[in-house]
Amino acid sequence: MRIIYLYGVSAVLLALSFHKSREKTKKALKKAWKSFSKIFPALLGILILVGVLLAVFDADLITMVIGDQSGWIGVVLSATVGAITLIPGFIAFPTASVLIDNGAGYMQIGAFISSLMMVGVVTAQMEAEYFGKRITLIRNLMGFIFSFLVAYVIGRVVDGLWF
Amino acid sequence: MVLIKKFKGALISGILLGLLFAWDAGKGIEAIKISGFALKEMLSIIPPIFILLGLLDVWISKETMIKLMGKESGAKGILLAFFFGSATVGPLYGAFPVAAVFMKKGVKFSNIMIFIGAWSTTKIPMLLFEISSMGAPFAITRLLVNIPGIIIMAWIIDLVTPDAEIEKLHQRMEKM
Repeated sequence: MRIIYLYGVSAVLLALSFHKSREKTKKALKKAWKSFSKIFPALLGILILVGVLLAVFDADLITMVIGDQSGWIGVVLSATVGAITLIPGFIAFPTASVLIDNGAGYMQIGAFISSLMMVGVVTAQMEAEYFGKRITLIRNLMGFIFSFLVAYVIGRVVDGLWF
Repeated sequence: MVLIKKFKGALISGILLGLLFAWDAGKGIEAIKISGFALKEMLSIIPPIFILLGLLDVWISKETMIKLMGKESGAKGILLAFFFGSATVGPLYGAFPVAAVFMKKGVKFSNIMIFIGAWSTTKIPMLLFEISSMGAPFAITRLLVNIPGIIIMAWIIDLVTPDAEIEKLHQRMEKM
């Protein structure tokens, strides 16, 4: 659904651009193709790796390690799983809600969702090509640590300890 | 040779997939299904993002971008970085090429980091989705912790990165 909007906006802007200047539009499309072909090989590797990882870390394994009695060990493990995997949000959220129904804790799921989004181990090599190794490492490490804070606050709020 | 180097990651992943097959064929098939799904997602999301990127590169001048999100842009720059990051769709890897164009156009480094943070975490369409599947307390709490968190982390990365390194990044993006 949201993808349709994105296509709509791009199509309208592309038409507008074409109307104003054919030359510039051609240049824009050339640039678009160039940036795409630059990241495609890396992406292909990432997508295959994601398939392998998700096949190994399936829902059963995840539920086993992040039950609501698993405490901080569960938080660390789920943040680690989140950091390694790369799952689109529209799959991650329904999966997370199923995991909670099956006994996973809010704190653990909070850590999982948070590090899933902020930390990308499989995309780190690609990130480093843009920002360099040092910045990539710092950004991902901070995101990982930050997911513990998010987990703690979510655990407190959702389990009703604060409000 | 160049081709092998370019596709090195895909090659290594392919070998891992082969090992998974040898270990458990069922898991191997599952992995291919998941990869196929992710590939379809990528191919559907990437064309419009890259077209917008090309248009942005060609039509928006460096001066405009500096004024909006450059060194002196202050709170406006932060808000715009959040807006650009949150209004988009697509996985995090889509953010890097956009960030490269932003850097090329003179956007301040801390705003680039806010943009990356927002892209990864505070997407508006995703928030609605999160509320519907996880409940409002979970989603809103996460958002309220994330917004200051993203700004503070961007600020820390900016602080610990020497100006010379940021300058080098700007030059590197120029070539991309």
